[in-house]
Amino acid sequence: MEVPENFYSLIETVCRDLYIQSLKEIPPDVVEAVKRAASRETKEVAKRIFSHYLQSIELGRTKDMIVCQDTGIPIYWVEIGGNMRLDGSRLSKAIVSGTERATREHPLRSSIVSPLKRENRQTSTGERIPIIHYDFVADSDVLDILFMPKGSGSENMSSLKMLVPADGVNGIKRFVMEQVVGAGAKPCPPTIVGIGIGGSSDLCMTLAKKATTRPLGSPNPDPEIAALEKELFEAINQTGIGPQGLGGETTALAVHIESAWTHITCNPVAVNMQCWRAERRRAKVWADGRVELGF
Amino acid sequence: MADYRLKTPLSEADVRQLKVGDSVTLDGVIFGVRDGNLIRVFDKNVPPPVDWHGAALLHTAPNVRKLGPGRYEPVSIGTTTSMRMDRFTEALLRDHGVRAILGKGGLSDKSAQLMAQYGAVYLSVTGGAAALETLQIEEIEKVYWEDLMPECIWQIRFNGFGPLTVGIDAHGNNLQRDVQMEAEKRTADILKKMGVA
Ligand code: SF4
Repeated sequence: MEVPENFYSLIETVCRDLYIQSLKEIPPDVVEAVKRAASRETKEVAKRIFSHYLQSIELGRTKDMIVCQDTGIPIYWVEIGGNMRLDGSRLSKAIVSGTERATREHPLRSSIVSPLKRENRQTSTGERIPIIHYDFVADSDVLDILFMPKGSGSENMSSLKMLVPADGVNGIKRFVMEQVVGAGAKPCPPTIVGIGIGGSSDLCMTLAKKATTRPLGSPNPDPEIAALEKELFEAINQTGIGPQGLGGETTALAVHIESAWTHITCNPVAVNMQCWRAERRRAKVWADGRVELGF
Repeated sequence: MADYRLKTPLSEADVRQLKVGDSVTLDGVIFGVRDGNLIRVFDKNVPPPVDWHGAALLHTAPNVRKLGPGRYEPVSIGTTTSMRMDRFTEALLRDHGVRAILGKGGLSDKSAQLMAQYGAVYLSVTGGAAALETLQIEEIEKVYWEDLMPECIWQIRFNGFGPLTVGIDAHGNNLQRDVQMEAEKRTADILKKMGVA
Protein backbone atom coordinates (compact mmCIF):
# COMPACT_ATOMS: atom_id res chain seq x y z
CA MET A 1 0.00 0.00 0.00
CA GLU A 2 1.34 3.40 -1.03
CA VAL A 3 1.61 5.82 1.91
CA PRO A 4 -0.16 9.20 1.54
CA GLU A 5 1.69 12.51 1.20
CA ASN A 6 1.15 13.53 4.84
CA PHE A 7 2.68 10.28 6.11
CA TYR A 8 6.15 11.80 6.50
CA SER A 9 5.02 14.73 8.62
CA LEU A 10 3.17 12.22 10.79
CA ILE A 11 6.42 10.26 11.26
CA GLU A 12 8.18 13.48 12.23
CA THR A 13 5.64 14.15 14.99
CA VAL A 14 5.70 10.52 16.12
CA CYS A 15 9.51 10.59 16.43
CA ARG A 16 9.42 13.86 18.37
CA ASP A 17 6.92 12.35 20.81
CA LEU A 18 8.86 9.08 21.11
CA TYR A 19 11.99 10.96 22.20
CA ILE A 20 10.21 13.09 24.80
CA GLN A 21 8.02 10.30 26.13
CA SER A 22 10.88 7.81 26.36
CA LEU A 23 12.63 10.10 28.85
CA LYS A 24 9.57 10.28 31.10
CA GLU A 25 7.93 6.90 31.04
CA ILE A 26 9.99 3.83 31.91
CA PRO A 27 8.74 0.65 30.16
CA PRO A 28 6.37 -1.41 32.36
CA ASP A 29 8.51 -4.57 32.12
CA VAL A 30 11.51 -2.60 33.41
CA VAL A 31 9.44 -1.10 36.24
CA GLU A 32 8.30 -4.58 37.24
CA ALA A 33 11.87 -5.88 37.23
CA VAL A 34 13.10 -2.94 39.34
CA LYS A 35 10.27 -3.57 41.81
CA ARG A 36 11.08 -7.27 42.01
CA ALA A 37 14.76 -6.49 42.54
CA ALA A 38 13.90 -3.93 45.23
CA SER A 39 11.84 -6.47 47.15
CA ARG A 40 14.75 -8.92 47.23
CA GLU A 41 17.18 -6.54 48.94
CA THR A 42 17.72 -6.82 52.66
CA LYS A 43 20.52 -4.31 53.18
CA GLU A 44 19.61 -0.74 54.07
CA VAL A 45 21.81 0.91 51.42
CA ALA A 46 20.48 -1.19 48.51
CA LYS A 47 16.88 -0.64 49.64
CA ARG A 48 17.53 3.11 49.76
CA ILE A 49 18.90 3.19 46.19
CA PHE A 50 16.00 1.14 44.81
CA SER A 51 13.51 3.42 46.52
CA HIS A 52 15.13 6.38 44.72
CA TYR A 53 14.81 4.53 41.40
CA LEU A 54 11.14 3.80 42.04
CA GLN A 55 10.39 7.35 43.18
CA SER A 56 12.01 8.76 40.04
CA ILE A 57 10.04 6.37 37.83
CA GLU A 58 6.86 7.52 39.55
CA LEU A 59 7.72 11.23 39.16
CA GLY A 60 8.32 10.71 35.46
CA ARG A 61 4.94 9.08 35.02
CA THR A 62 2.81 11.30 37.25
CA LYS A 63 4.61 14.67 37.17
CA ASP A 64 5.79 14.69 33.56
CA MET A 65 9.44 14.83 34.67
CA ILE A 66 12.55 13.53 32.93
CA VAL A 67 13.61 10.46 34.92
CA CYS A 68 17.37 10.63 34.21
CA GLN A 69 19.01 13.85 32.99
CA ASP A 70 20.96 12.14 30.19
CA THR A 71 19.10 12.63 26.90
CA GLY A 72 21.50 10.11 25.39
CA ILE A 73 22.38 9.23 21.83
CA PRO A 74 19.13 8.96 19.83
CA ILE A 75 18.83 5.51 18.24
CA TYR A 76 15.93 4.25 16.10
CA TRP A 77 15.25 0.64 15.14
CA VAL A 78 12.88 0.75 12.19
CA GLU A 79 11.07 -2.24 10.70
CA ILE A 80 9.30 -1.63 7.42
CA GLY A 81 6.38 -3.88 6.56
CA GLY A 82 6.84 -5.53 3.18
CA ASN A 83 3.42 -4.38 1.97
CA MET A 84 4.19 -0.69 2.52
CA ARG A 85 5.31 1.45 -0.40
CA LEU A 86 7.30 4.43 0.83
CA ASP A 87 10.24 6.70 0.07
CA GLY A 88 13.05 5.60 2.37
CA SER A 89 15.04 8.82 2.05
CA ARG A 90 12.02 10.90 3.08
CA LEU A 91 11.44 8.53 5.98
CA SER A 92 15.01 9.08 7.22
CA LYS A 93 14.62 12.83 6.88
CA ALA A 94 11.40 12.77 8.90
CA ILE A 95 13.12 10.82 11.69
CA VAL A 96 15.96 13.36 11.85
CA SER A 97 13.49 16.29 11.90
CA GLY A 98 11.47 14.65 14.66
CA THR A 99 14.64 14.31 16.76
CA GLU A 100 15.49 17.98 16.25
CA ARG A 101 11.97 19.09 17.08
CA ALA A 102 11.93 17.13 20.35
CA THR A 103 15.14 18.88 21.38
CA ARG A 104 13.95 22.37 20.46
CA GLU A 105 10.31 22.17 21.39
CA HIS A 106 10.54 20.49 24.82
CA PRO A 107 13.42 21.71 25.24
CA LEU A 108 15.86 18.84 25.85
CA ARG A 109 19.59 19.02 26.47
CA SER A 110 21.41 18.23 23.23
CA SER A 111 24.03 15.66 24.19
CA ILE A 112 25.50 15.30 20.69
CA VAL A 113 28.85 16.85 19.66
CA SER A 114 31.29 16.49 16.78
CA PRO A 115 34.07 14.03 17.67
CA LEU A 116 37.13 16.31 17.55
CA LYS A 117 35.96 19.93 17.83
CA ARG A 118 33.21 18.89 20.30
CA GLU A 119 30.83 21.30 18.60
CA ASN A 120 27.16 21.02 19.65
CA ARG A 121 24.39 22.06 17.24
CA GLN A 122 21.88 21.99 20.11
CA THR A 123 19.60 19.73 18.04
CA SER A 124 20.62 16.23 19.27
CA THR A 125 21.66 15.56 15.68
CA GLY A 126 24.87 15.66 13.67
CA GLU A 127 26.84 13.61 11.19
CA ARG A 128 25.21 10.12 11.13
CA ILE A 129 23.20 10.96 14.26
CA PRO A 130 20.45 9.96 15.02
CA ILE A 131 21.43 6.37 14.38
CA ILE A 132 18.78 4.61 12.30
CA HIS A 133 18.74 0.83 11.80
CA TYR A 134 16.45 -0.50 9.07
CA ASP A 135 14.95 -3.95 8.77
CA PHE A 136 12.15 -5.42 6.65
CA VAL A 137 9.28 -7.71 7.59
CA ALA A 138 7.40 -9.81 5.03
CA ASP A 139 3.58 -9.70 4.76
CA SER A 140 3.24 -6.73 7.12
CA ASP A 141 1.34 -3.44 6.69
CA VAL A 142 3.07 -1.74 9.62
CA LEU A 143 6.00 0.60 10.11
CA ASP A 144 7.44 -0.26 13.51
CA ILE A 145 9.72 2.33 15.14
CA LEU A 146 11.54 1.54 18.36
CA PHE A 147 13.40 4.48 19.90
CA MET A 148 16.06 4.49 22.62
CA PRO A 149 17.88 7.54 24.10
CA LYS A 150 21.02 5.60 24.93
CA GLY A 151 22.63 6.91 28.13
CA SER A 152 26.38 7.47 28.09
CA GLY A 153 27.19 5.99 31.50
CA SER A 154 26.31 2.55 30.23
CA GLU A 155 27.32 3.13 26.60
CA ASN A 156 30.87 4.00 27.71
CA MET A 157 31.16 0.49 29.15
CA SER A 158 30.76 -1.20 25.73
CA SER A 159 33.38 -3.64 24.57
CA LEU A 160 34.16 -6.08 21.80
CA LYS A 161 36.59 -8.94 21.62
CA MET A 162 37.52 -10.92 18.54
CA LEU A 163 38.00 -14.25 20.28
CA VAL A 164 39.31 -17.19 18.30
CA PRO A 165 37.35 -20.41 17.77
CA ALA A 166 39.64 -22.25 20.22
CA ASP A 167 38.46 -19.90 23.01
CA GLY A 168 35.03 -21.50 22.61
CA VAL A 169 31.99 -20.66 24.68
CA ASN A 170 34.17 -20.46 27.80
CA GLY A 171 35.98 -17.51 26.27
CA ILE A 172 32.62 -15.81 25.79
CA LYS A 173 31.61 -16.42 29.40
CA ARG A 174 34.88 -15.11 30.77
CA PHE A 175 34.79 -11.97 28.64
CA VAL A 176 31.22 -11.12 29.65
CA MET A 177 31.96 -11.59 33.35
CA GLU A 178 35.12 -9.48 33.17
CA GLN A 179 33.34 -6.65 31.37
CA VAL A 180 30.33 -6.51 33.68
CA VAL A 181 32.43 -6.69 36.85
CA GLY A 182 34.98 -4.25 35.45
CA ALA A 183 32.19 -1.74 34.72
CA GLY A 184 31.21 -1.89 38.39
CA ALA A 185 29.13 1.12 39.46
CA LYS A 186 29.61 3.14 36.27
CA PRO A 187 26.66 1.99 34.10
CA CYS A 188 24.19 2.59 36.98
CA PRO A 189 23.44 -1.04 37.83
CA PRO A 190 21.36 -3.14 37.83
CA THR A 191 21.72 -3.20 34.05
CA ILE A 192 20.33 -5.11 31.12
CA VAL A 193 23.39 -6.89 29.79
CA GLY A 194 23.20 -7.16 26.00
CA ILE A 195 25.55 -9.66 24.38
CA GLY A 196 26.30 -10.16 20.70
CA ILE A 197 27.91 -13.37 19.50
CA GLY A 198 29.07 -14.11 15.98
CA GLY A 199 28.93 -11.95 12.86
CA SER A 200 31.66 -9.47 11.98
CA SER A 201 32.97 -6.92 14.50
CA ASP A 202 30.37 -4.29 13.55
CA LEU A 203 27.43 -6.70 13.41
CA CYS A 204 28.45 -8.28 16.72
CA MET A 205 28.23 -4.93 18.54
CA THR A 206 24.93 -4.06 16.84
CA LEU A 207 23.53 -7.39 18.03
CA ALA A 208 24.65 -6.67 21.60
CA LYS A 209 22.77 -3.38 21.50
CA LYS A 210 19.72 -4.91 19.84
CA ALA A 211 19.66 -7.52 22.61
CA THR A 212 19.09 -4.76 25.19
CA THR A 213 15.91 -3.67 23.40
CA ARG A 214 14.14 -7.01 23.88
CA PRO A 215 11.32 -7.13 26.44
CA LEU A 216 12.98 -7.84 29.75
CA GLY A 217 13.79 -11.46 30.46
CA SER A 218 12.33 -12.76 27.18
CA PRO A 219 14.54 -15.76 26.39
CA ASN A 220 16.34 -16.21 23.07
CA PRO A 221 14.32 -18.69 20.93
CA ASP A 222 17.37 -20.95 20.57
CA PRO A 223 17.40 -23.16 23.72
CA GLU A 224 21.20 -23.41 23.79
CA ILE A 225 21.54 -19.60 23.75
CA ALA A 226 18.70 -19.24 26.26
CA ALA A 227 20.59 -21.55 28.62
CA LEU A 228 23.70 -19.39 28.26
CA GLU A 229 21.61 -16.29 29.03
CA LYS A 230 20.32 -17.94 32.20
CA GLU A 231 23.76 -19.11 33.30
CA LEU A 232 25.31 -15.66 32.86
CA PHE A 233 22.33 -13.95 34.49
CA GLU A 234 22.76 -16.05 37.61
CA ALA A 235 26.54 -15.63 37.61
CA ILE A 236 26.40 -11.83 37.30
CA ASN A 237 23.89 -11.63 40.13
CA GLN A 238 26.25 -13.50 42.43
CA THR A 239 28.92 -10.81 42.17
CA GLY A 240 27.24 -8.56 44.76
CA ILE A 241 27.89 -5.28 42.89
CA GLY A 242 24.27 -4.25 43.39
CA PRO A 243 22.54 -0.91 42.72
CA GLN A 244 25.02 1.93 42.11
CA GLY A 245 27.85 -0.49 42.96
CA LEU A 246 27.09 -0.01 46.65
CA GLY A 247 26.45 -3.73 47.16
CA GLY A 248 23.29 -5.81 46.78
CA GLU A 249 21.56 -8.84 45.37
CA THR A 250 20.78 -7.58 41.86
CA THR A 251 23.49 -6.47 39.42
CA ALA A 252 21.67 -7.39 36.18
CA LEU A 253 17.94 -7.02 35.52
CA ALA A 254 18.36 -9.36 32.55
CA VAL A 255 20.93 -10.92 30.23
CA HIS A 256 19.96 -11.03 26.56
CA ILE A 257 22.01 -12.56 23.75
CA GLU A 258 21.55 -12.07 20.00
CA SER A 259 23.57 -14.09 17.53
CA ALA A 260 24.65 -14.32 13.92
CA TRP A 261 26.70 -16.86 11.99
CA THR A 262 30.33 -15.96 11.62
CA HIS A 263 33.55 -16.79 9.78
CA ILE A 264 35.37 -20.11 10.34
CA THR A 265 38.27 -18.27 12.00
CA CYS A 266 36.14 -15.87 14.09
CA ASN A 267 34.45 -16.04 17.49
CA PRO A 268 33.47 -12.45 18.24
CA VAL A 269 31.68 -11.38 21.41
CA ALA A 270 30.38 -7.92 22.28
CA VAL A 271 28.89 -6.49 25.46
CA ASN A 272 26.57 -3.49 25.52
CA MET A 273 24.82 -2.57 28.73
CA GLN A 274 21.66 -0.61 29.31
CA CYS A 275 21.35 1.29 32.62
CA TRP A 276 18.58 0.56 35.13
CA ARG A 277 16.26 3.15 33.55
CA ALA A 278 16.34 1.10 30.29
CA GLU A 279 14.35 3.65 28.33
CA ARG A 280 12.69 2.67 25.07
CA ARG A 281 9.45 3.64 23.34
CA ARG A 282 7.74 2.12 20.32
CA ALA A 283 5.24 3.32 17.73
CA LYS A 284 3.48 1.23 15.14
CA VAL A 285 2.27 3.34 12.23
CA TRP A 286 -0.10 2.23 9.45
CA ALA A 287 -0.34 3.76 6.00
CA ASP A 288 -3.81 5.13 6.80
CA GLY A 289 -2.32 7.22 9.64
CA ARG A 290 -3.24 5.00 12.56
CA VAL A 291 -0.61 5.12 15.34
CA GLU A 292 -0.26 2.72 18.23
CA LEU A 293 2.19 3.54 21.02
CA GLY A 294 3.95 0.91 23.08
CA PHE A 295 7.35 -0.11 24.41
CA MET B 1 23.98 2.54 60.35
CA ALA B 2 22.63 5.96 61.26
CA ASP B 3 20.60 8.64 59.50
CA TYR B 4 21.75 12.27 59.63
CA ARG B 5 20.26 15.55 58.55
CA LEU B 6 22.92 18.22 58.02
CA LYS B 7 23.02 21.80 56.86
CA THR B 8 25.74 23.37 54.72
CA PRO B 9 28.34 24.77 55.26
CA LEU B 10 29.67 21.67 57.03
CA SER B 11 32.12 21.63 59.93
CA GLU B 12 34.87 19.06 60.43
CA ALA B 13 32.86 17.59 63.34
CA ASP B 14 29.80 17.25 61.07
CA VAL B 15 31.67 14.99 58.67
CA ARG B 16 33.94 13.14 61.13
CA GLN B 17 30.90 11.56 62.82
CA LEU B 18 29.78 9.83 59.57
CA LYS B 19 30.50 6.18 58.68
CA VAL B 20 30.20 4.44 55.30
CA GLY B 21 26.64 3.27 54.66
CA ASP B 22 25.09 6.01 56.85
CA SER B 23 22.48 8.16 55.20
CA VAL B 24 22.74 11.94 55.03
CA THR B 25 20.05 14.36 53.98
CA LEU B 26 21.45 17.78 53.14
CA ASP B 27 19.88 21.22 53.35
CA GLY B 28 21.27 24.50 52.11
CA VAL B 29 23.59 25.61 49.36
CA ILE B 30 25.51 23.02 47.32
CA PHE B 31 27.85 23.94 44.47
CA GLY B 32 27.50 22.11 41.16
CA VAL B 33 30.91 21.48 39.59
CA ARG B 34 32.34 19.22 36.90
CA ASP B 35 35.19 18.79 34.38
CA GLY B 36 35.17 22.21 32.70
CA ASN B 37 35.09 24.49 35.74
CA LEU B 38 37.55 22.42 37.81
CA ILE B 39 40.00 22.42 34.91
CA ARG B 40 39.73 26.22 34.89
CA VAL B 41 40.39 26.44 38.64
CA PHE B 42 43.26 23.98 38.85
CA ASP B 43 44.87 23.81 35.42
CA LYS B 44 44.38 27.44 34.38
CA ASN B 45 44.82 28.77 37.94
CA VAL B 46 41.70 30.91 38.01
CA PRO B 47 40.55 31.15 41.64
CA PRO B 48 36.96 29.99 42.21
CA PRO B 49 34.49 32.88 42.42
CA VAL B 50 33.18 31.70 45.81
CA ASP B 51 34.65 30.58 49.11
CA TRP B 52 34.42 26.79 49.37
CA HIS B 53 35.40 26.40 53.05
CA GLY B 54 32.90 23.93 54.50
CA ALA B 55 31.28 23.49 51.11
CA ALA B 56 29.57 20.48 49.59
CA LEU B 57 30.40 20.09 45.86
CA LEU B 58 28.15 18.09 43.55
CA HIS B 59 29.34 16.46 40.30
CA THR B 60 26.37 17.55 38.30
CA ALA B 61 24.84 17.30 34.85
CA PRO B 62 22.22 20.04 34.59
CA ASN B 63 19.38 20.61 32.10
CA VAL B 64 18.08 24.11 32.75
CA ARG B 65 15.68 26.67 31.31
CA LYS B 66 16.85 30.29 31.10
CA LEU B 67 14.50 32.77 32.78
CA GLY B 68 16.51 35.96 32.34
CA PRO B 69 20.07 37.28 32.63
CA GLY B 70 21.91 34.96 35.04
CA ARG B 71 18.65 33.32 36.14
CA TYR B 72 17.79 29.70 35.48
CA GLU B 73 15.29 27.12 36.61
CA PRO B 74 15.96 23.38 36.69
CA VAL B 75 14.47 21.11 34.01
CA SER B 76 16.32 17.97 35.06
CA ILE B 77 19.37 18.06 37.28
CA GLY B 78 21.22 14.80 37.75
CA THR B 79 24.56 13.49 38.86
CA THR B 80 27.57 12.52 36.81
CA THR B 81 30.41 10.01 37.28
CA SER B 82 32.87 11.27 39.89
CA MET B 83 35.96 9.34 38.89
CA ARG B 84 36.72 11.80 36.05
CA MET B 85 37.25 14.51 38.67
CA ASP B 86 39.30 12.33 41.04
CA ARG B 87 42.58 14.15 40.54
CA PHE B 88 41.15 17.41 41.93
CA THR B 89 40.35 15.96 45.38
CA GLU B 90 43.63 16.91 47.04
CA ALA B 91 43.61 20.57 46.12
CA LEU B 92 39.91 20.90 46.88
CA LEU B 93 40.39 19.60 50.41
CA ARG B 94 43.80 21.10 51.18
CA ASP B 95 43.55 24.54 49.61
CA HIS B 96 39.81 25.20 49.57
CA GLY B 97 38.53 23.46 52.71
CA VAL B 98 35.82 21.45 50.95
CA ARG B 99 34.07 19.06 53.39
CA ALA B 100 31.92 16.92 51.10
CA ILE B 101 32.09 15.75 47.49
CA LEU B 102 28.86 14.38 46.02
CA GLY B 103 28.60 12.29 42.88
CA LYS B 104 28.02 8.85 41.45
CA GLY B 105 30.24 5.78 41.15
CA GLY B 106 32.74 6.62 43.90
CA LEU B 107 36.30 7.96 44.08
CA SER B 108 39.74 6.31 44.31
CA ASP B 109 41.55 5.05 47.38
CA LYS B 110 43.92 7.99 47.15
CA SER B 111 40.91 10.30 47.54
CA ALA B 112 39.74 8.21 50.50
CA GLN B 113 43.11 8.69 52.21
CA LEU B 114 42.98 12.42 51.60
CA MET B 115 39.48 12.56 53.04
CA ALA B 116 40.72 10.87 56.22
CA GLN B 117 43.64 13.30 56.39
CA TYR B 118 41.72 16.54 55.87
CA GLY B 119 38.32 15.57 57.29
CA ALA B 120 35.91 15.20 54.38
CA VAL B 121 33.43 12.66 52.99
CA TYR B 122 32.14 11.37 49.66
CA LEU B 123 28.37 11.17 49.46
CA SER B 124 26.97 8.86 46.82
CA VAL B 125 24.00 10.26 44.90
CA THR B 126 21.66 7.81 43.14
CA GLY B 127 22.57 7.97 39.45
CA GLY B 128 19.71 8.11 36.97
CA ALA B 129 17.24 9.31 39.60
CA ALA B 130 17.37 12.92 38.39
CA ALA B 131 13.62 13.47 38.73
CA LEU B 132 13.85 12.97 42.48
CA GLU B 133 16.97 15.13 42.77
CA THR B 134 15.38 17.94 40.75
CA LEU B 135 12.35 17.96 43.00
CA GLN B 136 14.59 18.47 46.04
CA ILE B 137 15.97 21.73 44.63
CA GLU B 138 14.54 24.93 46.05
CA GLU B 139 16.31 27.33 43.75
CA ILE B 140 19.29 27.86 41.49
CA GLU B 141 20.54 30.89 43.42
CA LYS B 142 23.47 31.93 41.27
CA VAL B 143 25.49 30.85 38.28
CA TYR B 144 29.18 31.67 37.91
CA TRP B 145 31.22 31.40 34.71
CA GLU B 146 28.26 31.24 32.36
CA ASP B 147 30.66 31.20 29.41
CA LEU B 148 31.30 27.53 30.28
CA MET B 149 27.59 26.61 29.95
CA PRO B 150 26.55 23.99 30.96
CA GLU B 151 29.82 23.51 32.86
CA CYS B 152 29.38 26.66 34.93
CA ILE B 153 29.59 26.68 38.70
CA TRP B 154 26.02 26.30 39.93
CA GLN B 155 25.01 27.62 43.34
CA ILE B 156 21.97 25.49 44.12
CA ARG B 157 19.87 25.60 47.29
CA PHE B 158 18.45 22.20 48.25
CA ASN B 159 15.72 21.33 50.67
CA GLY B 160 16.23 17.76 51.86
CA PHE B 161 18.67 16.47 49.24
CA GLY B 162 18.86 12.69 49.57
CA PRO B 163 18.99 10.59 51.56
CA LEU B 164 22.53 10.28 50.21
CA THR B 165 24.80 7.36 51.12
CA VAL B 166 28.19 7.90 52.74
CA GLY B 167 30.45 6.17 50.20
CA ILE B 168 33.78 7.31 51.69
CA ASP B 169 34.00 8.40 55.31
CA ALA B 170 36.70 10.47 57.02
CA HIS B 171 38.28 7.33 58.51
CA GLY B 172 39.65 5.75 55.33
CA ASN B 173 36.70 3.51 54.46
CA ASN B 174 35.62 3.30 50.81
CA LEU B 175 32.37 1.36 50.28
CA GLN B 176 32.25 1.21 46.46
CA ARG B 177 35.90 0.11 46.34
CA ASP B 178 35.21 -2.66 48.88
CA VAL B 179 32.18 -3.89 46.91
CA GLN B 180 34.26 -3.87 43.72
CA MET B 181 37.13 -5.85 45.27
CA GLU B 182 34.73 -8.38 46.75
CA ALA B 183 33.02 -8.74 43.32
CA GLU B 184 36.37 -9.41 41.65
CA LYS B 185 37.20 -12.07 44.23
CA ARG B 186 33.80 -13.71 43.83
CA THR B 187 34.09 -13.66 40.03
CA ALA B 188 37.19 -15.84 40.16
CA ASP B 189 35.18 -18.45 42.12
CA ILE B 190 32.10 -18.07 39.94
CA LEU B 191 34.16 -18.68 36.79
CA LYS B 192 35.72 -21.75 38.37
CA LYS B 193 32.26 -23.13 39.18
CA MET B 194 31.17 -22.45 35.59
CA GLY B 195 34.07 -24.60 34.43
CA VAL B 196 35.91 -21.58 33.00
CA ALA B 197 39.24 -21.95 34.74
S1 SF4 C 1 24.36 5.63 33.47
FE1 SF4 C 1 22.28 5.68 32.64
S2 SF4 C 1 20.90 5.93 34.40
FE2 SF4 C 1 22.99 6.44 35.07
S3 SF4 C 1 23.10 8.66 34.87
FE3 SF4 C 1 23.93 7.79 32.96
S4 SF4 C 1 22.19 7.61 31.55
FE4 SF4 C 1 21.36 7.96 33.61
